[in-house]
Amino acid sequence: MAGDKLTGSVAALGRRLRAREVSSVELTLAALARIEGEGRPLGAFLSVNAETALAEARACDQRIARGQGSPLTGVPVAHKDIFVTDHARSGLPSTAGSKMLAGYRSPFDATVVARLGAGIAGGAPGAGMVTLGKLNCDEFAMGSSNENSAFGPVLNPWDRTRVPGGSSGGSAAAVAAGLVPAATGTDTGGSIRQPASFCGVTGIKPTYGLCSRWGMVAFASSLDQAGPLARTAEDCALLLTAMSGFDARDATSAERAPMDLHAAMLAARPGATGTRPLAGLRIGLPREFFPAALAADVGSAVRSALAELETLGAVLVEVSLPRTELSIPVYYIIAPAEASSNLGRFDGVRYGHRAAQHGDLLDMYRKSRSEGFGPEVKRRIMIGTYVLSHGYYDAYYLQAQKLRRMIADDFQACFKQCDVIAGPVAPTVAWRLGAQADDPVKAYLADIFTLPASLAGLPGMSVPAGFGEGRMPVGLQLIGNYFAEGTLLHTAHALQQATDWHLSTPGSPA
Amino acid sequence: MSLTPDDVSRIAHLARLELTDAERAAMLGQLNDFFHIVERMGAVDTRGVEPLYTPLAALHEVASRLREDVVTEVVGTGQERARHQASAPAVQDGLYLVPKVIE
Amino acid sequence: MNGAPAHAPALVRGWEVVIGLETHAQLSTASKIFSGAATAFGAEPNSQACAVDLALPGTLPVLNRGAVERAIRFGLAVGAKVAPMSIFARKNYFYPDLPKGYQISQYEIPVVQGGSVEFVLGGAKRSVRLTRAHLEEDAGKSLHEDFHGMTGIDLNRAGTPLLEIVSEPDMRSSAEAVEYAKALHALVVWLGICDGNMQEGSFRCDANVSVRRPGQPFGTRREIKNLNSFRFLQQAIDFEVQWQIERLEDGLAIEQATVLFNPDTGETRAMRTKEDAHDYRYFPDPDLPPLVIAPEWVAKVRAELPELPAAMAERFQRDDGLPAHDAAMMTQSLAFARFYEAVRGASGQPKLAANWLMGEVSKRLNAEGLEIDRMPVPAGALAALIRRVGDGTVSHNGARQVFDALWARAQVGLVGPADEPAEAASLAAIDRSIDELGVRQMSDTSALETLVDAVIAANAKSVQEFRAGKDKAFNALVGQVMKASQGKANPAQAGELLRRRLEAKG
Repeated sequence: MAGDKLTGSVAALGRRLRAREVSSVELTLAALARIEGEGRPLGAFLSVNAETALAEARACDQRIARGQGSPLTGVPVAHKDIFVTDHARSGLPSTAGSKMLAGYRSPFDATVVARLGAGIAGGAPGAGMVTLGKLNCDEFAMGSSNENSAFGPVLNPWDRTRVPGGSSGGSAAAVAAGLVPAATGTDTGGSIRQPASFCGVTGIKPTYGLCSRWGMVAFASSLDQAGPLARTAEDCALLLTAMSGFDARDATSAERAPMDLHAAMLAARPGATGTRPLAGLRIGLPREFFPAALAADVGSAVRSALAELETLGAVLVEVSLPRTELSIPVYYIIAPAEASSNLGRFDGVRYGHRAAQHGDLLDMYRKSRSEGFGPEVKRRIMIGTYVLSHGYYDAYYLQAQKLRRMIADDFQACFKQCDVIAGPVAPTVAWRLGAQADDPVKAYLADIFTLPASLAGLPGMSVPAGFGEGRMPVGLQLIGNYFAEGTLLHTAHALQQATDWHLSTPGSPA
Repeated sequence: MSLTPDDVSRIAHLARLELTDAERAAMLGQLNDFFHIVERMGAVDTRGVEPLYTPLAALHEVASRLREDVVTEVVGTGQERARHQASAPAVQDGLYLVPKVIE
Repeated sequence: MNGAPAHAPALVRGWEVVIGLETHAQLSTASKIFSGAATAFGAEPNSQACAVDLALPGTLPVLNRGAVERAIRFGLAVGAKVAPMSIFARKNYFYPDLPKGYQISQYEIPVVQGGSVEFVLGGAKRSVRLTRAHLEEDAGKSLHEDFHGMTGIDLNRAGTPLLEIVSEPDMRSSAEAVEYAKALHALVVWLGICDGNMQEGSFRCDANVSVRRPGQPFGTRREIKNLNSFRFLQQAIDFEVQWQIERLEDGLAIEQATVLFNPDTGETRAMRTKEDAHDYRYFPDPDLPPLVIAPEWVAKVRAELPELPAAMAERFQRDDGLPAHDAAMMTQSLAFARFYEAVRGASGQPKLAANWLMGEVSKRLNAEGLEIDRMPVPAGALAALIRRVGDGTVSHNGARQVFDALWARAQVGLVGPADEPAEAASLAAIDRSIDELGVRQMSDTSALETLVDAVIAANAKSVQEFRAGKDKAFNALVGQVMKASQGKANPAQAGELLRRRLEAKG
């Protein structure tokens, strides 16, 4: 069966490709078949271009034949449709999951797309991954269930009556269903970590500034970060190493030497032994991350993962992030404020939806935007416009930014006591489709554990940690200090060497 | 504090959104639910705290990196402009067309 | 602070006029303030608007060092504080020529803070305080000529760097506002930060105008937008002042408003108020970290700053002994000053050089619509000519003829700024021209004596009158000598010789 070729991690596929046991064209054909077959009902893909994918695959096979393959060369990947892709090159539209951008033809590639790609990225050849297509997501990355996509929801491969999480729902579902070995996502308040948790895959949101935002359709500029979703920590390390690095096109891009996160992931800690690779690693557990309200199934799964980490040598210490709850209003002031401004460009003048019927200019603006944006996006534009409007700025936006500083300081206090912070990604497992449609504000509350690290700009990841109610996956969240992605990946990798939660797939027996 | 229907209309106008009466009513309820959560935030004493507008400022002083003053993007009237305007609702002679602007 | 100026302001029908200016100077960078697209004027529609300028999804701004450097230059020139840290903010509003739905500008913390601009008004020194100058991006253009009843949007100008220079409300008449604007214009051009081309909109003023009874608090102001000539600035303010006074004297109130000036009618009219102009929802742009300017950078710019017009004019008065007026004229532009210095240097005749530049040279330049940097007669040639005037080889009238000849020849390319001959060579060249035109003054005394004797002989009547003590008669005789010499005699020399002969024969 075609799909078999795809089984295995990115790292394994890369090895098989370079060993010429399988060709990139074969992998690409297998993936395309899967996407069109069992993948279809999931709604994970918004667009696929078999022609360009196969052309890239052939080019990659030649690169490999010439012995020029990198660990990622020839491995298929798909991008969250929040990344723009050069339409002339890829034939793929860039929609951000919005009617506003239906069919939009970008004249350029996002930096992340170019760096992972098979073509030339800023003079340098990309990592050589084959782009299959674009993945469904919440409109402009606003949501945590993928139900806010203008092009329909994504179903959770573990239980098709449930949501895959969001906003990178298509990315998480596609990896979980084995449609593609790895995918890109973006995380503003948890949009990589939460769907990774809901779909039982591994995902990492790096430090703010590690990945360029050039070519990412902006939601909240001071929070948006790109990151990979894949089966394993090792795969995430390989992709993030290729995606990340300084980009002169993004004034907020961190000017640092490129990191080899795969090497950092493998590097042994001082004092580590074969059975205790995490010897001496202090893992902080914020008491606010384990409230009474935390669902029992999630709590026990997370604790069992923490127990594993302990047997691997880690030391668990209790810490405190006293403003965890406050991070909800703080985030839901700052993100919508920035979004209300970032979405001002969608006015129906230069691109995007323009109402067919309209009167004067003002009417054209109003109708085009009202038709082009969905309810959640409108809601956030309204909140953001309000909190920035005359007389409210200090009470809301400024106050939120000050609290944001306090939240960041709380983390630094914790990192005096520990190397990594751990807890649940989400208070529950994936909920049922439509469960929160009637109460958007209630959905905001479910972001409580992912928002603090987003506000502080810290790296965070979700690592499969077993199962909860209805055999739905549960993710363990690991949060590191700035640019400590290596520590996070090392910890997650050690856990994955010792456990097999990350290897279970929706198909596999309980 | 709680928003009034007038607030909702004013904000919708500022944001160039046209809401139906039903949408406006629903929006009013949802915004008030939301600002109920926000109230807790106002109670915190933040006097003397520096706002954190960009996350890395928590790590070190951040400064805008500057571009050298050189022309790196050449558009012209050919293919490049056409690519830029490929998704434009209305263009003529390279101009974007909009309903008459009256100053 | 009421911004009351030092001198007692002239009142208009008993009302005091209060004016503040907001000037937008397009900075002379090659590329835009936040993108790598070119800033050149007049290109085909949207042929110079790159993805960033069009605000295509996924694009981000990166600040242009050249724009910041020009802002620092300006700040130092007006004695302002160059902020070590300033913030870019988003000014949110919807308008078709504003691609992002916001303008990136500086709001709470501008890059240039304070400073002042000095100029002369009616012979008196005036100083207008600056509130601030901040960096921002220009918008595109709406072309209102009809496209099937629609407006065309050209975004080539979008993202052009602007320095918005905001004055305090220190001006008390349209004339003062114009002098301030002219001084500011001269300064930004002098500094090389703006090409100053007002027709192309490189330098445009918004005028905030209000009137009040002396001693009263400021009245409500109206802002006249986009005045792109000094004449319009004056006309617009004058009309606006009359309009406001009439309204107030009719017992009506002034409402704060943005108004447009119509050059055809000479009238101002309230703009169809830009929707909710009052609520721009400013906030720091999360795409742009703070602009940090190190003291070393400021010091470097200060070291490279050209000598400023005021300082240079003082130097010309002090070292060259020029009168204040001449010194001001010689520093009307950097190019003019450089030309003066070249001529003065090579001729050793500062006052003569100034006279020539203010007289013959300016006359010809104006007549031909040229700027001094397009002056066809090289400084060296003019200096040589002036030396010959100075040593009496040629009279002023003669020199004028030589100058015209040089100009004519230069225009057919025989001499030009391109091939500036060495000093000796240009002296020789001038002497040749003087002789070709036969305007060399007679220095041969014996020849002159013969003439003088002939004149004395032929004008017995005048001679008698002179002896009778009539000085007029003497002048008549000198005139006769000049006439007989066809103007080639040196008048002074002729007079002296004549007097000697007459007294000898006495």
